[in-house]
Order: sequence, then structure tokens, then C-alpha cells
Amino acid sequence: MANQEWPLWEVFIRSKQGLNHKHVGSLRASDEQMAVDNARDVYTRRSEGVSIWVVESNNVFASEPAQADSLFEPADSKAYRHPMFYDVPDGISHM
Amino acid sequence: MKEVNITELERRFQEKIDNDIKIEPRDWMPEEYRQTLIRQISQHAHSEIVGMLPEGNWITRAPNLRRKAVLLAKVQDEAGHGLYLYSAVETLGADREATIDDLHTGKAKYSSIFNYPTTSWADMGSIGWLVDGAAIMNQVPICRCSYGPYARAMVRVCKEESFHQRQGFEIISLLAQGTPEQKAMAQESFNRFWWPAIMMFGPNDADSKHTAQSMKWKIKRNTNDELRQMFIDVTVPQAEMIGLTIPDKDLKFNKETGHYETGPIDWDEFWEVVKGNGPCNKERVDARRKAKEDGLWVREAAMAYAEKRKVKNAS
Ligand SMILES: [Fe+2]
Ligand SMILES: [Fe+2]
Repeated sequence: MANQEWPLWEVFIRSKQGLNHKHVGSLRASDEQMAVDNARDVYTRRSEGVSIWVVESNNVFASEPAQADSLFEPADSKAYRHPMFYDVPDGISHM
Repeated sequence: MKEVNITELERRFQEKIDNDIKIEPRDWMPEEYRQTLIRQISQHAHSEIVGMLPEGNWITRAPNLRRKAVLLAKVQDEAGHGLYLYSAVETLGADREATIDDLHTGKAKYSSIFNYPTTSWADMGSIGWLVDGAAIMNQVPICRCSYGPYARAMVRVCKEESFHQRQGFEIISLLAQGTPEQKAMAQESFNRFWWPAIMMFGPNDADSKHTAQSMKWKIKRNTNDELRQMFIDVTVPQAEMIGLTIPDKDLKFNKETGHYETGPIDWDEFWEVVKGNGPCNKERVDARRKAKEDGLWVREAAMAYAEKRKVKNAS
């Protein structure tokens, strides 16, 4: 059947004021307004959200899973970024 | 990046699975793992969508407004379940519309329970209680499935399912405690749904060809027979509690194992329904095909409108 598929959208929901929007899933819609409306019906039927973001999936540029080791390795070798790296003498408090 | 051979990739993949590290969409995975998931998740999605039909049959005839609102909300949830699952299929690189067309041509299957008719209001009780109950048994372990998007979809689904089962149980237990006619109606419905419900877990382990590999990949966490037994063990006492009789004269409780044992399951009937010869197979697939065809102009019009607006906004 001849069929042009609606674009795919990624859906992000803020579950309550004070929290980040979080990715919850995806859906198809012809435009951004329909994507928001559908996201409301699909992902917030039980008061799961107070705000919705939709982003067309092909606008998401992601890091390559196969390169995750080399991409994140620099963080592993810098223990001095963590407070546990430092010795605080006994008797020192509030630090 | 240094070259790694396929055996090494497979070894690392299995190692992740063994260590309960989830597989995410763009991670390397064996082609067979991908294909198994596409098949299983799309068939699961089809079951959610086809499953709306037998209950949709009673929305306009619900006995009162409360029951109607509840049934409508339940059926709407099933549409949502279908969408979560089709979305999960898409993360595997499958074409969603192609998987739907496979349903329409009969190439893809869906849960055979939905090929039985809903001939009385009591069936809304039996479906919620037994069919959603069996689905919960099946789906809870999939929340720990190795494939991230499928596991996450199942978490959402399972959160929503418990209301489905409770509203069904409320319907059937109310009828079972009603007038003699209502009680007979509940029992008659239960008689029709009991066996198909316990067949929902699929063939016996000895006849289930994909189970071993799926367990190794942690797509499946329990065997068909294990899940079926769990379902029987929790459901028999519920039926007894509300005064319904299990339509199985051989059913007995084994004190040593602590499990119920049923009489022989009619697997010939199961395979006939799977093959397409159940009471409603044709009706169900025809309804889905018609929905897709009748909605085509709406989908095209919405897309044309969106494109026109885009051009207008750009100028
Ligand atoms: Fe469902
Ligand atoms: Fe359900």
C-alpha cells in the first residue's frame, strides 16, 4: 500500500515542577502539535507530567556506542576530580 | 578502532547479558537476537491492538456509565501498550508499517486468545480477570528483559495492567454473587475462557523451540510451563472464592508439590487457532486491515497539511 509514514518524534516529560524533562519514548505524528497532543494521550494518562517536549528523532545526534570506551576513558583516569581523592586531617570538620 | 571479529563481538555481547547489562538500540547485537526481538515485540504489539477488538465490542453496550467509562479507559490503555511496543520495534531498525502489514497478510501472529468471541457482558469480566491476569504473569518477567527499550515498555505496561485485571475481577465476582441468571452467565463465560487463557502461555516447554535460546539471551526469564503453573496456582483459589467452578474435572491439588494439576490441555485446538482457524481469526484481521485502509486518507491529509504549513512558515 502506498503510504508515507509520519515522522518519528522523541518525547520528553517533566513529571513535576523542579525536575528535568526526561526521555520517555517515541511516537509518530505529522507535525509538532500533533506530536504534543499524542504524547499527552500516550504518556500522561495518569498524571505523569506537567510539561512535554517533542523532538523529531532525526534531529538527535548521538554518540557512537562502539566508541564509548575511548570517549569516556578520560574521566576514569582523573580520580582527583572526586573529593575522596583528598585526605582531610582528623579534627577538621565542615569540609 | 581496532578490528574485532564476530566471535569476539558475540562473546562480549553474551558477557554483557550474563552480567545483566542491558542492550540498548545502537549497541552491537547478533542478527538473530535482533530478529527474535523484532518478531516477539511486534507480535506482542499486534496482540495489544487486536486485543482491543473483543472488548471494543461491548463499549456501546456496557450496563451503565461507570462500566462504560472504565472499559473505554482500559481499551485506550491497550492502544497505548501497542504504541509503546511498536516504538520499541522501531528502535531495532524495523519498519513499523511493514510489521503491521505482516499482521494483515497473516504472516505475523498475535495472541490466539483474541480469536475467541465475546458473546456476553460477563466476558468483559473474564477477559480482565483471566486474559489480563495471564498477560501480567507473562509481562512482569519481561520488565527484566535484556533489551532496554522492551524492558522499559513493559514497566509502563505492567503499571497499567493491574487496574485491567481488577476491573475484570470486579465484574465477574459481582455477577457470580448476583441472581441465579447472573451467576450462570459468569460461569458460562468462565467455562469458555479458562482453557484458552491457560493456553496463552504457549506450548509445553518440550514443544517450544525458541525457549532455550531466548532464556540464554534473557529475552525470556521463565519457561511457558513455569508461568502457566504460576497463573493456575493463583487463579484457582480466586475462582473458588467467588463460587465459580473450574471447568476441569481432573483438576487436583498436589499436596506434595503445592501446585494444582490440570487435566490434559487440548493443544490441537490451540494450533488450529494459531493456524488461523479459530472462531474469529478472519474477523479480527479484516477489522485491522479495514482500519488501516479507511484511515489512509486521514494520514495523508494530515501530512499534506503539515507540509503546506512548513512551506508557509518558511516564507
Ligand atoms: Fe495490554
Ligand atoms: Fe491489559
